[in-house]
Amino acid sequence: MANIFAFVETRGTDIRKVGLEAVTAARMLADGSGGGEVHALLLGPPGIAAKAPQAAQHGADVVIVVEHAGLANYNAEVAASTTADRIKSGGYRAAIFSTTAQGRDVAPRVAARLGVSIVTDVLSFEVEGDAIVVRHPVNIGKVIATLAISATPAVLAMRPNVISPAENPKAGKVENAQPSVDPGATRVKVTETRVGGAGKLDLAEAPVVIAGGRGLKAAENFKLVEDLADAFGNAAVGATRAVTDDGWRPHSDQIGQTGRLVSPELYIAVGISGAVQHLAGMRTSKTIVAVNKDKDAPIFKIADYGIVGDVFEIVPALTAAIREAKKGH
Amino acid sequence: MKIAVCVKRVPDMDVRFKIGGDGTSLDEAGLKFDINDFDAWAVEAALQLKEKAGAGEVTVISLGPDVVQETIRKALSMGADKGVHLKADRVPFDGFTIAKALAEELKAGAYDLVLFGKISPDSSNGVVGPMVAELMGVPCVTAISSLEIANGRGTAKRELEGAQEMVEFSLPVVLTVDEGLNTARYPSLKGIMAAKKKPLESKPAQLAEPQVKVRKLELPPDRKAGRIVGEGAAAVPELVRLLQTEAKVL
Ligand SMILES: Cc1cc2nc3c(=O)[nH]c(=O)nc-3n(C[C@H](O)[C@H](O)[C@H](O)COP(=O)(O)OP(=O)(O)OC[C@H]3O[C@@H](n4cnc5c(N)ncnc54)[C@H](O)[C@@H]3O)c2cc1C
Ligand SMILES: Nc1ncnc2c1ncn2[C@@H]1O[C@H](COP(=O)(O)O)[C@@H](O)[C@H]1O
Repeated sequence: MANIFAFVETRGTDIRKVGLEAVTAARMLADGSGGGEVHALLLGPPGIAAKAPQAAQHGADVVIVVEHAGLANYNAEVAASTTADRIKSGGYRAAIFSTTAQGRDVAPRVAARLGVSIVTDVLSFEVEGDAIVVRHPVNIGKVIATLAISATPAVLAMRPNVISPAENPKAGKVENAQPSVDPGATRVKVTETRVGGAGKLDLAEAPVVIAGGRGLKAAENFKLVEDLADAFGNAAVGATRAVTDDGWRPHSDQIGQTGRLVSPELYIAVGISGAVQHLAGMRTSKTIVAVNKDKDAPIFKIADYGIVGDVFEIVPALTAAIREAKKGH
Repeated sequence: MKIAVCVKRVPDMDVRFKIGGDGTSLDEAGLKFDINDFDAWAVEAALQLKEKAGAGEVTVISLGPDVVQETIRKALSMGADKGVHLKADRVPFDGFTIAKALAEELKAGAYDLVLFGKISPDSSNGVVGPMVAELMGVPCVTAISSLEIANGRGTAKRELEGAQEMVEFSLPVVLTVDEGLNTARYPSLKGIMAAKKKPLESKPAQLAEPQVKVRKLELPPDRKAGRIVGEGAAAVPELVRLLQTEAKVL
């Protein structure tokens, strides 16, 4: 029997979907190792405490809430020290984080403070005697490694979207806690968080990602991609490096080896050739659709469904058809 | 300003990898190696800061077998001042083992600024920079895509998923570099010649026992071959039907 810790990622006063995935993963691990408790940590500004029931709903026996006016923006030092202190005192078998920009920032710091290793971008895990065995892509996903972690706690950051948040209601006893360090006194401060646009979906979490490439010809033509995303209603917009290099879209939209990693239910590549470096960021998407005028474009090799032709003709038609299909629901 | 940059020698990813006979390592035959792109951008950032200040020193550090000296020399030929090679038979997978050895070396150097890449494509783990920062007890900003430093303080931008953070920090600091910060310069012929004479110290790395071991490497299953639904806008209704009935994503 072993207790498992989950770091529940937040943005503002909301729990991110990856946060519920972390709780779900922790629940699986606790149940898989003889039925321990899941302790979930929630850090954020006033208002975050109200979200504790969501963590309980997904399997947390205890929800540790650190609510502080100084946590409106992410504070790495507060997050790392508060989390590490809690894990030290809790005696956990494993600690689960998310492989997002924030998770990649906080998890290695926590592990270093605990004096243990960490594996990020975990695809699956298993308890095997004294070791926790995980699968992790190396060489930008061209090779899959099976790794045995002997450290206690085993610190894992899960790849977003490989475990769906599952309801499994537990008591979710709330423990209020204070930040280990004063958020006003840290050496690094986030002065501003700029979110893409009102109501814009987050690339790491969106169930549908529409990505545009150089085939769109100009920045203003991303309107086509945005309209398609809008028709879906649950889609985020991404881009290739060719596009972010040309300044058509911000770097935070870039998907691929050097950009962000996405794994949505549906990925639609619009005017994208399918260079290996791009595929590295999206090849684990469940369904891939490609629209490209070149029938030999490499993207068609990994696309489940492809349409050969001009994006300027096909994308508006697809947008109209999706709007129509959504109306039926 | 004293700046250190940690650089890793990594294989070119544009190949089909082969697994070695032991099943736990790569067959390196035919692979081409070079400095990790993120680390090249980190070197470039260090050089630009030094050039702007008109003073300073840039030290490049790499842990691994003797061949990593080539990677250090590349950074020297871009313009870094000196190199430190932490010698190990092989680069361990466990980023914490690497971080501990690098932190020991870096602590002794009294650097104002320590730069890392955001991630190395081979490990695909992205942990060494922030781990070193914690081991050194120095503040850290990860995945920066812009950087200004003046009067012992700095500002940077971080890329999140579909969002950006504006960050302020004090020095000394550890930074990890994301894409978009700069474009790395190519070494000039003069730079390459000069690099041959620059100091490169080699000493054994102090490697702790790893806590993560590679059990198996394998190639991922191929995605099942794609299907072209049709050509032009006429294919859209069939695509939508497949998304509804077969993929069930609508
Ligand atoms: C070290 C390294 C790291 C990299 N990291 C990344 C990364 O993280 N992400 C990334 O995306 N790239 C990355 N790249 C770049 C990558 O190699 C490609 O250059 C890039 O992905 C190409 O972008 P693209 O598909 O938009 O453009 P292109 O390759 O130019 O493709 C455009 C496509 O649009 C099609 N097209 C043109 N007009 C139309 C039309 N009217 N209708 C339909 N189709 C049309 C063309 O047939 C073509 O296939 C990296 C490269 C290197 C060397
Ligand atoms: N063997 C090494 N020698 C020097 N620096 C390294 C080494 N391994 C990793 N690094 C640094 O740590 C960064 C992140 O690596 P990783 O945690 O493996 O993704 C790299 O971009 C380098 O800056």
